Amino acid sequence: MYVVVAGGGKVGSNVTRSLVDLGHEVTMIEQRPDRFARLEEEFGPVVIRGDATEIAVLERAGIARPPELLLAVTGDDEDNLVISQIAKETYGVRKAIARVNDPRNQQHFDLLGITQTVCATTSILGLVEHEVPEHGLVRLLELQKEGLVVVEVQVEGGSPVAGKKAGGLALPTGARLISVWRQGRSELVEPSTVMRPGDQVLAVVPTTAAADLRRVLLGASK
Amino acid sequence: MNAVVIGCGRVGSAVAKGLAADGWDVTVVDEDEDALGRLGQGWRGGFVVGHGMDVTVLERAGIEAADSVVVATNGDNTNIVIGQVVQKRYDVGTVVVRILDPARAKLYSDRGMSIVCPTQTAISGLLETVRASAPKETEA
Repeated sequence: MYVVVAGGGKVGSNVTRSLVDLGHEVTMIEQRPDRFARLEEEFGPVVIRGDATEIAVLERAGIARPPELLLAVTGDDEDNLVISQIAKETYGVRKAIARVNDPRNQQHFDLLGITQTVCATTSILGLVEHEVPEHGLVRLLELQKEGLVVVEVQVEGGSPVAGKKAGGLALPTGARLISVWRQGRSELVEPSTVMRPGDQVLAVVPTTAAADLRRVLLGASK
Repeated sequence: MNAVVIGCGRVGSAVAKGLAADGWDVTVVDEDEDALGRLGQGWRGGFVVGHGMDVTVLERAGIEAADSVVVATNGDNTNIVIGQVVQKRYDVGTVVVRILDPARAKLYSDRGMSIVCPTQTAISGLLETVRASAPKETEA
């Protein structure tokens, strides 16, 4: 597979090393002279120097072949967005994965059609949420293209749904309860399933309705 | 008529002052508080300190009610992204974006935003001036 990696920082250089070790053909682009010099010592001709948002530099990296994969992993969200747009829209690169440095910029990537993104801060926050059960709702998996999120919710003694049948709950539109984990085993949720305190409920819900689902299952937040 | 000018450097500040003189209600956005000084003592328009990528900053500047938005920060990619966000998210009628790199200016020229590329203007102007002054017999 041919891969172009834009950005030779920690993410770019480590990913490049792994891809090269796996036998892939890679070109990495780094702008800063000091960083480029260090990378060139290790990677030789795999790394080229230049601004990866410049068309001429991208073409030197073989963007017109086009690569099977482009990774836009610089420390600048604007740059990553523009690199991904140029690669996909001008050169027909099928798959571009962009790094989001500031999670507040995620919405811009979504709006401008760069659907495959990775944000370390968001991932870490997700793990933190998983470790803090009183937060109520844990986001297990975001399906960005579908606009859905798979969540886990723990039913408490005071939850409005405790003792009620799943079939009678007024869930947000598009939300489905998948299974409950109780006493060490998982059961698929049927309309007749009675929710009990201690149940860990797995559900799929439109991303925009996750907070509503939390309110239905757990009540207003304290 | 409402205008928001993002980036208060030499270009942004002069555009803001020009629009204000024409009677527009102008709000300027810049990361640097000191950039307000470029608008002069008598500036009566708005000024919001913050980054143009931050939608809360854009909204404080009144982007939702803007008829025109001028994007002229010192970063091409920043301008390209802000211009598209303003156009797609807020549906602003006229979005003018400054892009210094002629190649990127060309790539983004057919997306509904107006692109101004000072570099291309300089190249064309310089070429035309020299060509116009060249003696006729050198023409091929």
